[in-house]
Amino acid sequence: MAHDAHTGMVERRGAGLWLTHLGLIIGVAFIFFPIWLAFVASTVTQPEIVRPPMPLWPGDQFYENYSKALTSGINAPVARMLLNSAIMAFGISLGKIAISLLSAFAIVYFRFPGRHVFFWLIFLTLMLPVEVRIVPTYEVAANFGMLNSYSGLIFPLIASATATFLFRQFFMTVPDELAEAARVDGARPMRFFVDILLPMSRTNIAALFVILFIYGWNQYLWPLLITTDPSMNTIVMGIKQMFPSGDDTADWPVIMATSILAMIPPVVVVIGMQKLFIRGLVDSEK
Amino acid sequence: MATVSLESLKKSYGKTEVIHGVDIEISDGEFIVIVGPSGCGKSTLLRMVAGLEGVSEGEIRIDGQRVNEKEPMDRDIAMVFQNYALYPHMSVEQNMAYGLKIAKMPKAEINARVAEAAELLQLEPYLKRRPRQLSGGQRQRVAMGRAIVRRPSVFLFDEPLSNLDAKLRVQMRLEIKNLQRELGVTALYVTHDQVEAMTLADRMIVMNEGVADQIGAPLEVYANPQTEFVAGFIGSPPTNFIEAEILGAPAGTKIGIRPEHVAIAPVGQGRTTGLVLYAEPLGAETLIHLTIAGGNAVTVRQDGAVAIPSEGEQVGLSWREDDEMRFDASGRRL
Repeated sequence: MAHDAHTGMVERRGAGLWLTHLGLIIGVAFIFFPIWLAFVASTVTQPEIVRPPMPLWPGDQFYENYSKALTSGINAPVARMLLNSAIMAFGISLGKIAISLLSAFAIVYFRFPGRHVFFWLIFLTLMLPVEVRIVPTYEVAANFGMLNSYSGLIFPLIASATATFLFRQFFMTVPDELAEAARVDGARPMRFFVDILLPMSRTNIAALFVILFIYGWNQYLWPLLITTDPSMNTIVMGIKQMFPSGDDTADWPVIMATSILAMIPPVVVVIGMQKLFIRGLVDSEK
Repeated sequence: MATVSLESLKKSYGKTEVIHGVDIEISDGEFIVIVGPSGCGKSTLLRMVAGLEGVSEGEIRIDGQRVNEKEPMDRDIAMVFQNYALYPHMSVEQNMAYGLKIAKMPKAEINARVAEAAELLQLEPYLKRRPRQLSGGQRQRVAMGRAIVRRPSVFLFDEPLSNLDAKLRVQMRLEIKNLQRELGVTALYVTHDQVEAMTLADRMIVMNEGVADQIGAPLEVYANPQTEFVAGFIGSPPTNFIEAEILGAPAGTKIGIRPEHVAIAPVGQGRTTGLVLYAEPLGAETLIHLTIAGGNAVTVRQDGAVAIPSEGEQVGLSWREDDEMRFDASGRRL
């Protein structure tokens, strides 16, 4: 991108360049400021937060607040909630990818009765987000005894029309001759799927994983319903649970430390997968 | 190395029949080219032999064994596709080895076969590359390598050269022919290019609307076309067709005469008179386009050294009666 400034048609020099940067810096500062405040609040003591003016620079309580959050928290240790969230987010994203890859494979490569009906049924679920079907889904999960369990957190959220649709579109761009060549080479359908289609879809899988991981991590309503045991809380809903009810005082430094901790895994996934994602794009062969 | 027999082979999609019964006995090591215009069913025919399309009626036998119900991999065939169909995420080596790997062949043997094919096709420097890092001609070679390593009884080619530029096409044509001779494998080759058909084939099948109009050696087909379609399709520039009525023969029939058999004569001489429209001097030869009575277009191919008549000139056209091909109203040779 850097050399675009020299070769691009719109060349910015002098004041224009500085003004653009100034605008960008102000924008970044604007977005970043609340996060900074949360970080500051997680490194000071409770009295310092409640006494105006709010501190703007980090205090010396970093280690105390974070270790307290990680090991004991308020309802449940944050370490435990992070683990729950990680299991849920990985479960949802990997499950969604696996299911949608297979269903897209079925829809694109096999001619079975009702193929179009099934496709449109899957497509229709796009119109029914979790919130709309939450009561019956809860009923089903409860009857299966999945309350307060990882399977209850993960399975109801796995079916994904969006991902199925994405893979369907991708598979349709794969030339038919490739499937025929594999057939002549002696590959049975699942072999073709594993050996040819999966490696060809890996950039799509990586991109989708990033999106789905964040989707899973940020789930709020569903975990709130399905888990009552604090040891099964996920971190996003756990933060809300930390707010005191009634006259109790909120332990803001620990809550803020928890918030900061909750932000780290999605950031790591985005940054880590971005590299893989871009490498995938550069390597992509067609 | 095997014989292939097609016996009254038919193919229908629903109620539409697209192949109306093709019969041919292909002997061991023979190079058969299936040629015809697009939509004539030539690719469908090949795909039926490959096992990628089901057979509606009739029988396919490879080496005497009925294969109608067999999967492609069990038919002992290898196919080269028009777009090469190389696996994009595999190296050249892996592409060639894939079929053998599935057949659970020992690693050492796979490597030996791939090395042998790579040497034969001069692909050794590219074994570690991905298909996208290769040129069209090299990809074509990889596709052939993938077919060769399987040591099949029959090679099937589906317009393998149509994505290459003209020069490369001529070169690859020779390579394919040499390779097939060297390996002695029976081959079926589909093309719409009559030059490929003429140069490659031991025998060719000229397809027209799902029917094998004529099966025979290229020169035999050229010299002795059985139908009006074959006479018009094989040969460039195509055969001239003249309504026989003009020449005093029975109405409804047509006379076909190859451009090289027609000569320009002084006005009043020869079989008929034509008006010169334009001439195309190609150096070694000259093509002269004329119209004759009744509006029929006629092309004359004459030696480059012969004088070219000027445009708008009336000339006579002469040819030997032996060179005439007479066709009835349904296009059959009389």
